[in-house]
Amino acid sequence: MGSVYLQTLRRDFRLMTRQKSDWLNPLMFFLIVLTLFPLGIGAKPNLLREIAPGIIWIAALLSVLLGSERLFRQDYKDGVLEQLVAARAPLFPYVLAKISASWCASGLPLLLMSPLMALLLGLDSKAYWAMVGTLIIGTPLLSLLSALGAALTLSAEKGGILLALVILPLYIPLLIFASAAVEQAGFGLGYSAQLAVLGAMLCVALAGVPFAVQHALKLNVG
Amino acid sequence: MLFSAHQLSCIRSDRVLFEQLDFAIDAGQIWQIAGRNGAGKSSLLRILAGLAEPIEGELRYKNQPLTQVQDEFATNLCFIGHLSGVQPQLTALENLAFWRACYALKPADDWALLAQLGLAGLEDIPCQNLSAGQHRRVSLARLWLTAAQLWILDEPFTALDVSAIAQLRQRFIEHCQHGGAIILTTHQALDLPEIPVQQLTLEYRW
Repeated sequence: MGSVYLQTLRRDFRLMTRQKSDWLNPLMFFLIVLTLFPLGIGAKPNLLREIAPGIIWIAALLSVLLGSERLFRQDYKDGVLEQLVAARAPLFPYVLAKISASWCASGLPLLLMSPLMALLLGLDSKAYWAMVGTLIIGTPLLSLLSALGAALTLSAEKGGILLALVILPLYIPLLIFASAAVEQAGFGLGYSAQLAVLGAMLCVALAGVPFAVQHALKLNVG
Repeated sequence: MLFSAHQLSCIRSDRVLFEQLDFAIDAGQIWQIAGRNGAGKSSLLRILAGLAEPIEGELRYKNQPLTQVQDEFATNLCFIGHLSGVQPQLTALENLAFWRACYALKPADDWALLAQLGLAGLEDIPCQNLSAGQHRRVSLARLWLTAAQLWILDEPFTALDVSAIAQLRQRFIEHCQHGGAIILTTHQALDLPEIPVQQLTLEYRW
């Protein structure tokens, strides 16, 4: 089981180095949205600071959503998934590795870019650290949910809009609690409650989503 | 009996492909599923491989219902469908390494295997740059890796040249002589005098 996980992870990282546009495009999209907001709103730093948490999280949601459709698509078309389903055992570590790799490609870069976000939107240091906290907990949750959506809509031709419809409702609680945490921190208030709720959502998703994805893949291949 | 099907029926897009189909395969045998395009050969193979559910009927592996011994069956099965299972952006070597991990096989000399299959010098080229026949050879390399007893192959000879077909036939003979069993579809005559080849013909039905 461990070797399938590692091998899939290595394979996905290799594919990332060969197909850079797959993961760079969503990140570029994220950066573009963040730079356009200050330009569009104009010289109102206070307003920008107020709406910054919402902007960051909406942009993060959409950029993860943008990249998620491709998650299993190629393996489905080439018959790799069919092989894994026929062989049964290695599907679970494969799913885990896919989700980890997709987080490394979509969530981790957001975390690394967070100082830049703070600079662009004029966040102070308290709000910045709250944002880092929500990103650390929230982006793995985003990757898990988008894997679920991608697996469910796998055999639908042009499943992009369907995928958005399936997983955006699941993203909404994350959006509410994550931006509330950053906002509270901006006012100098405590935000551990919001972080705790996010953490609980992550735990539930970690426990359930990989199994759900595994079953969805089996259904789509069969 | 290694593997048997009882009273299988399959319906696709409101068309009955086959019904009450019975057959059984034992170690050392080859079953060739024949029939016109659209007669339901691939659907039958997918049902046999456990990828699809039949409308009716039961599969038995070593005289036990398949639902009870699914894991054992899956580890003893090598299925190659009409999709190649080869990731086109990866090289042949990287694809083999991935399959080895998935089938829990020990690492061995993949370079020698690829050379044996006529892919010497192409080991580290992404598979999307290979020709259709070479792509197929990479896909079929699994038959040399696997330790599975039962092979289910959908049109294995497609796109292969004469020498590759001869090599594949040789591999079939070896496999059957070592107690393996093969279920395959092909439009070519199999021409394996050493091995008892059974024919199952699916009629095209309206």
